[in-house]
Amino acid sequence: MKAGFIIGTVLSTLVLGLAVLSFVWTPYDIMQFDVAGKLKTPTGAHWLGTDHFGRDILSMVMMGARTSLAVALVAVGIGMGLGIPLGLTAAALQGGWLDEVIMRGNDLIFAFPSLVIAILITAVFGASAINAIIAIGIFNIPVFARLSRGAALSLWSRDFILAARVAGKGKARISAEHILPNITNLMIVQGTIQFSLGILAEAALSYIGLGAQPPTASWGRMLADAQTLLYIAPHTALVPGFTIVITVLGLNLLGDGLRDMLDPRLRVDRS
Amino acid sequence: MLVYGFRRLASLIVSLIVASFVIFAVIEVIPGDPASFMLGVNARPDTLAALRAELGLDQSLPVRYFAWVSGMVTGDFGISYTYKTPVADMVADRVWVSLPLALYALTLSTIIAFPAGIYAASRRGGAGDTAVMGATQLGVAIPNFWFAMILVLIFAIQLRWFSAGGFAGWDKGILAGLWSLTLPAVALALPQAAILARVMRSSLLDMLGEDFMRTARAKGLTRRQALWRHAVRNAMIPVLTILGLQFSFLLAGGIVIEQVFFLPGLGRLIFQSISARDLIVVESVVMLLVFLVIVVNFLVDLTYAWVDPRLRRRT
Repeated sequence: MKAGFIIGTVLSTLVLGLAVLSFVWTPYDIMQFDVAGKLKTPTGAHWLGTDHFGRDILSMVMMGARTSLAVALVAVGIGMGLGIPLGLTAAALQGGWLDEVIMRGNDLIFAFPSLVIAILITAVFGASAINAIIAIGIFNIPVFARLSRGAALSLWSRDFILAARVAGKGKARISAEHILPNITNLMIVQGTIQFSLGILAEAALSYIGLGAQPPTASWGRMLADAQTLLYIAPHTALVPGFTIVITVLGLNLLGDGLRDMLDPRLRVDRS
Repeated sequence: MLVYGFRRLASLIVSLIVASFVIFAVIEVIPGDPASFMLGVNARPDTLAALRAELGLDQSLPVRYFAWVSGMVTGDFGISYTYKTPVADMVADRVWVSLPLALYALTLSTIIAFPAGIYAASRRGGAGDTAVMGATQLGVAIPNFWFAMILVLIFAIQLRWFSAGGFAGWDKGILAGLWSLTLPAVALALPQAAILARVMRSSLLDMLGEDFMRTARAKGLTRRQALWRHAVRNAMIPVLTILGLQFSFLLAGGIVIEQVFFLPGLGRLIFQSISARDLIVVESVVMLLVFLVIVVNFLVDLTYAWVDPRLRRRT
């Protein structure tokens, strides 16, 4: 599994690096159209070829990395920011009516086909990267709420929590000072998984035209443009697709590796 | 069993009610009102007023909500604003593409994942296990719509075994219909099969460490016999959960895949309605999809009780 972690780190760093680099440098300006040089297969001048407007695909991929990573990151942030407090509250008030309301609410969100609701949200509020973030983020909330509640519940029965209660700390303070630090690792691991799922969701939403809008570059959008060009320029579909696969694969391997490292119980027996 | 069933049924009804609230609310919070959203910014005031009356927008919110819900219950989904035909008829045509597609994909996913998961678990840590797990890592990382495009590139454009899109229609025969759904179903199934295989493997591995497995071996069963007779059946509970969830992924994922293959299913209907601003269709079709998903998960819950008798008493 160590090899997986190294591969995951390398791939994730590579994609992150491309996104960061795009702020200061891309091989070409993606707003620059060159109709004469359109749909070129990879050459020395355009390493990954050009698209139907003659734009450099490598530059598009780099700019698209920004969109994908930003959307997925904020969506995970929404999920963590709302989900973890909800989960901790539910655990602290275990068995109470608030716990029941929070958890049943979570079950409900889980029962919805997420993509359908994401489509509904973006359809009604208009297609944009922001609405894609909100739609993806909403479905991250129950994931973190459920996970943090479960982890927190098992901590509440531990001796060090009892000690804190004896010392006179309230439930809110114990949750923040003792429970939260102990579930951080778990949340980080889940965060990487949700991050990679977010990238897939963003790609799907932009592919169907409900994510980032032109001129913002996005991998899903590039694939949508490439679809009609499959016959004549398959590279326009292959490059963004492989980029998504590499990114998601890298993040998943990184997440698995982190889980192995951060959770000693799983080190011996992981399935 | 009966009590368990009733409890599940009650939670199904609550889910459906909340779902209908949410969908209705989302449509209602559109800036302006649905009528002006549907007609666009340049609508004439009298057309707007006529549409408002036609949609019943001049009535109060609760009245409209109950009219919509009672309509859905009795099979009256409203009249499409753009096509001027009953939404129920449009849905009826398209559901025979989307539902078979989801079921086809679910079948494929199960056929691929079960043997793969069982094989990997029985060869745990070996080369076969590593190969299957590596393949599933790749499987979950591939976006299904891109995989669909690759399938088109290879099997439709290069090999010409399938057409690149469109649906033959069931009137041409079941085989012709299934044939035109094959590439979409494979595209939908593969990433799901990867997840299912992982769950199957880890669930089986949990079972292999149980005491009853040792007892089975002690009785003289071979590893293989014990695996098939005792472990696989007991490993089914988490697998069933995932299968239920997958149905909703497949139904929803079908929306995107239908776009790739230009299939006349519910997904395309939603898109056409969104671009035509036909909110009545969007609202009803989304509700129908949510209904299907919630009902399937209800059936999965009932299946648990059938697979695991302990659950019948516990709740």
